[in-house]
Amino acid sequence: MRMRLSNDEALFRQEIRQFFSTQIPEDIQERSAAGETREPDDIAAVQRILNEHGYAVPSWPTAWGGRDWSPVQEHVFLDEMHLAHVPEPLTFNVDMIGPVLCEFGTDEQKARFLPGTANLDIWWCQGFSEPDAGSDLASLRTSAVRDGAEFVVNGQKTWTTLAQHADWMFALVRTNPDAPKRQKGISFLLIDMRSPGITVRPITLLDGSVEVNEVFLSDVRVPVANLVGEQDHGWTYAKFLLGNERTRVARVGVSKNRLAQAKRLAGETPAGRGTLLDDPILRARIAEMENELAALEVTLFRATSGDVDQAAIASILKLRGSELQEQTTELIADIAGPTALAVDGPSDEIPRWAQRSIRSYLTQRKVGIYGGSSEVQRMIIAKTLTGR
Amino acid sequence: MDFTLSREQAALRDAVRELYRRSYDIERLRETATADRGWRADVWRSLADTGILGLAIPEDLGGAGAGIVEVATVMTELGRVLAPEPVLDSALIPADLLLRSNNPRQWQETLEGIASGELLGAIAHEEWGDRWPHRAIATSATETIDGWILSGSKRLVKHGDVADFYLVSARAGDDVAVFMVDGSTQGLSRTAFRTPDRRRGAHLLLEKSPATLIELGDPDAALRRVETLEQVALCAEAIGSMEEALRITTDYLGSRKQFGAALVTYQALAHRLADLHVLVEMARSMSLYAVAVVEDGAGETRIASRAALQVCRSARAVGHESIHLHGGIGVTEEYVIGQYAARLMAIEARLGGALEHLQQLASGIDSYDKVALG
Ligand SMILES: Cc1cc2nc3c(=O)[nH]c(=O)nc-3n(C[C@H](O)[C@H](O)[C@H](O)COP(=O)(O)OP(=O)(O)OC[C@H]3O[C@@H](n4cnc5c(N)ncnc54)[C@H](O)[C@@H]3O)c2cc1C
Repeated sequence: MRMRLSNDEALFRQEIRQFFSTQIPEDIQERSAAGETREPDDIAAVQRILNEHGYAVPSWPTAWGGRDWSPVQEHVFLDEMHLAHVPEPLTFNVDMIGPVLCEFGTDEQKARFLPGTANLDIWWCQGFSEPDAGSDLASLRTSAVRDGAEFVVNGQKTWTTLAQHADWMFALVRTNPDAPKRQKGISFLLIDMRSPGITVRPITLLDGSVEVNEVFLSDVRVPVANLVGEQDHGWTYAKFLLGNERTRVARVGVSKNRLAQAKRLAGETPAGRGTLLDDPILRARIAEMENELAALEVTLFRATSGDVDQAAIASILKLRGSELQEQTTELIADIAGPTALAVDGPSDEIPRWAQRSIRSYLTQRKVGIYGGSSEVQRMIIAKTLTGR
Repeated sequence: MDFTLSREQAALRDAVRELYRRSYDIERLRETATADRGWRADVWRSLADTGILGLAIPEDLGGAGAGIVEVATVMTELGRVLAPEPVLDSALIPADLLLRSNNPRQWQETLEGIASGELLGAIAHEEWGDRWPHRAIATSATETIDGWILSGSKRLVKHGDVADFYLVSARAGDDVAVFMVDGSTQGLSRTAFRTPDRRRGAHLLLEKSPATLIELGDPDAALRRVETLEQVALCAEAIGSMEEALRITTDYLGSRKQFGAALVTYQALAHRLADLHVLVEMARSMSLYAVAVVEDGAGETRIASRAALQVCRSARAVGHESIHLHGGIGVTEEYVIGQYAARLMAIEARLGGALEHLQQLASGIDSYDKVALG
């Protein structure tokens, strides 16, 4: 048994750290650290730099730019990226549609989409959820009816992240309403966002950000060539995709950054005769969170080396990871205390992190909701225990 | 022991409820929150007509002559509907401080103005680097032949963006004193801000601003008493917001279906609602306890801290969970539950925060044996 990185792995970490500290423009890192990443520009800029150096899509097959890294290397890469405050490449491209096309796409689809997907020349959005199909995704109703060489799509998607920047959407649609099982009548379609009949309506979140959208589809014509895999088998590809999504969301590095930031801010915040960091109650709370984060990180290491039950691990990481992401933003709102009350004021009087802290905390509640809510993760974990 | 409201108190509660039912719906609330000062002058007039603005001012000074029980009752109703009108900040708190002066009759005109809704006050006490319970009070007061002048800065003055007068704490030599400063006086500048719960406030800069001394027997004690009133009132407001947030969440889970059944039928969620209900009841108990203690004439800060701690804990859980239980719609600006959560967070920040109150209580545990209700 060994927890240290091997010499090669340690060298790899060095190399990656070096890369992030020298190749990513500092202003992008600073904005990311301050929670002010510019979309889409910063994300596109970073992803193109990564792609230029062969780092955008390391987990894809090597034929399409993958690196054949070990799980440990993949983890180290992501961790260094988070610790260096580098905005992640677009998850819809890199972790979702890319791997699906590599696995299930036709040669023509691969050649057409994969290079642009890696380089973010194509911006993808994920059209899965609908107003009445959230946790119960299989109840989705957006319909696609075959008409010659095209599907005609009608319905509504919602919570579509960054659809306002998207060139394409990968969507789950119902092609067979009479299938014996709801999951059986669903297909996976690639839809050009410039198609006539698509309307995008932005939804503002509690922090004022416009990150998610409603997408209305009315008689949208989609060539049959844009069907992924087989008709009515879309659920299989969706499950493959969602499995990839969950393992990424532990975001240990992000929570580590935030706890370090919290300590720094508490040390700068006057309280009584000293600073807030002198308060034993606050110190105990931070120590507790750091310990929980350490436990999560070791678990992540165990997961990368295959030491845990694979059926439950993605859910364990998602559940704990999102709880810690929420708790660390909550901590920052508590540190801001009264100064969290002034927003939209001049930042020389109350720093922006404090002005934003309450709304950021409230909005961060999203991580326990998307990508399979905490209850959905608990159901999956329970199922691995009880078999029911 | 009696926790029921008297007939008059219940009538007061119903009057406030009815006033707000007529005045606002979700849409109107949102419009109002984004408009200039964030609340409505016509509703303010109705509040004055109903006697709410002068609620705790004695009748012979133009008010309704009520006490803390009525104040708490009204605050709970305001919390229930997220009422944006600054009843506490612009009317009740300024009036309370003036009534503590050695000669309240000296302030009769101001008190009448508050009660009639013509004058908006604000208390300017907090300064840069303050964190409850610490108050630096570095603003200086100097007596000149023309009267007092104040210099310094005050931050986070709740609804200080529109106040006609400010009650400003300052130091004359080593002594703390409180002054009346006219909102349009020379040397006073204000920087307005918004709060995360869509309300307003201002930071003040005083540069040799003329001021009038408010004679208080013990200014420190008076300021502490006013702070206790603020905390007790905010606790009562939080109760209303929590009850309504929980009601909205329960209703939502009753109507939202996933996997073929209403969400409320899933035990994992029903239990969460039950836990929240327990937390709201605990908070309500502590809020009533604090009201009762103030009503009895004691203003013990430890009891306010006990109430504040429980309210902070319950408020956090209710806001946090209500959002989560709603799923995606819970984190949107347009849907109302996030506004309840934001208000509860803002109340916590104003109360001093769980951390601070816990610290206060923790530092005192060796001064008594068994915990007892005082
Ligand atoms: C910021 C954000 C970004 C998103 N981005 C995308 C995107 O890009 N593309 C996309 O397709 N979707 C996206 N989503 C949608 C997301 O996947 C859904 O919000 C999620 O699936 C939950 O669905 P819902 O919001 O309808 O909540 P609901 O499913 O209605 O759930 C409400 C609450 O009930 C709980 N619950 C539901 N069923 C059960 C049960 N059986 N037992 C116990 N508890 C239960 C849930 O955990 C939740 O707490 C995004 C969501 C958010 C908030």
